[in-house]
Amino acid sequence: MTKTPLQFRHNGRDVAIFVDGGTNLLVALRELIGDMTPKFGCGQGGCGTCSVLVDGELHLSCLTLAETVAGRSVETLDGMKQGPNLHPLQRAFADSFAAQCGYCTPGMLMAAKALLDRNPSPSRADVIEAISGNICRCTGYEPIINAILAAAGGRASA
Amino acid sequence: MAVTVKTFTNASEAAGALSSDRSARYLGGGTLVMRALNEGDVSISTIVRAQDQALTRIDASGPRITLGAGVTFARVLAERDLAFLHAPARSIGGPAVRNMGTVGGNLFAPNPYGDFTVALLALDATIAVQGGFGSRDIPIEEFLQGRERQAGTLVLSVSCTRPASSEAFRYRKIARIKPKGGSVITLAAHLPVSGGRIAGARIALGSMAPTQIRARAAERALEGRSLDAATIAAAASAATEGTSPSDNALGSAWYRREIVGVHLRRLLSGQE
Repeated sequence: MTKTPLQFRHNGRDVAIFVDGGTNLLVALRELIGDMTPKFGCGQGGCGTCSVLVDGELHLSCLTLAETVAGRSVETLDGMKQGPNLHPLQRAFADSFAAQCGYCTPGMLMAAKALLDRNPSPSRADVIEAISGNICRCTGYEPIINAILAAAGGRASA
Repeated sequence: MAVTVKTFTNASEAAGALSSDRSARYLGGGTLVMRALNEGDVSISTIVRAQDQALTRIDASGPRITLGAGVTFARVLAERDLAFLHAPARSIGGPAVRNMGTVGGNLFAPNPYGDFTVALLALDATIAVQGGFGSRDIPIEEFLQGRERQAGTLVLSVSCTRPASSEAFRYRKIARIKPKGGSVITLAAHLPVSGGRIAGARIALGSMAPTQIRARAAERALEGRSLDAATIAAAASAATEGTSPSDNALGSAWYRREIVGVHLRRLLSGQE
């Protein structure tokens, strides 16, 4: 089976890889690029832990055919921190105990970033809707919702 | 297992590739086909894609609207002229699924999915498809009845007439998980009114049969009448006629039959 060349921007850096036909973006990111921040959860679009931003839009990388991001910009959690400093969302998650086992956290953070990039001062209902495609089995969601609202509040006052 | 990906710049070439290969599936937003590949579906050996702008076009300015098959639910929600379709679009998935999932793909989504199609069935949509022998328009009901045989055809667009008012089109999805969850049942009602009486009622149900279906007995109970309590009660009690729901993790067939009339009554009475 011939491989297909694929170029796209990964967290602001141009990358070029060869993919097998049918490879999904999650596999391309984890196994070919070595970015382990997006996780494999259900493979069905039900859990959201593989969430990434494609041209700024929240997408599920496990349901994205890798070739479809050719020439586009893909952002993952790996690109969120700014140098040694955590992103305000990451800081808020840590301060609010919004992560327990941590498996949902990469997807939660990307879903939260997609929300705040578009709507810097969301309501509680907006936050609940924004993470409705992301499943957390540990926290009961409240600390996550509070963390996102805290990050938004901090950003607004900064 | 690796599959062959064939990408075309126009839809008719893609339709040709699709119709000539039984193991080919068309990739729209990926929420159905990539899921099948992730689950190891070996019946798919070729993925066909089309990067044709016609497939992502929205024409929502006039009384009849047309959505390209590749239009996502997020784009439906961003279109002010499509306000009557916002409730069904919003009821699907979380934000990521709405950024990916398409109007055309939803026509093929099995239970407990396919909610947008319930709305389109109530609105008597027309499906434009292209097969090996050219393109044609199919009424949505006929399309759904033959859905298993549609694998070799490419859906190009869906179109329907805009409801006369927000009262004339109603939609309700019953899910156990809020705000996101698979459908226990989904209901949509198109109730055109002429001279105070309903003329051309269409009630569509999701998760009440293997595909989305019309509740014809309930429609007959509404036809030619005003939407009063007695009419609504008659339609609600006829809601299960012709249905054949299944058991799944979200609800049993028995439960679905028990609640469909209750929710139809609430939908028709305008209750939350």
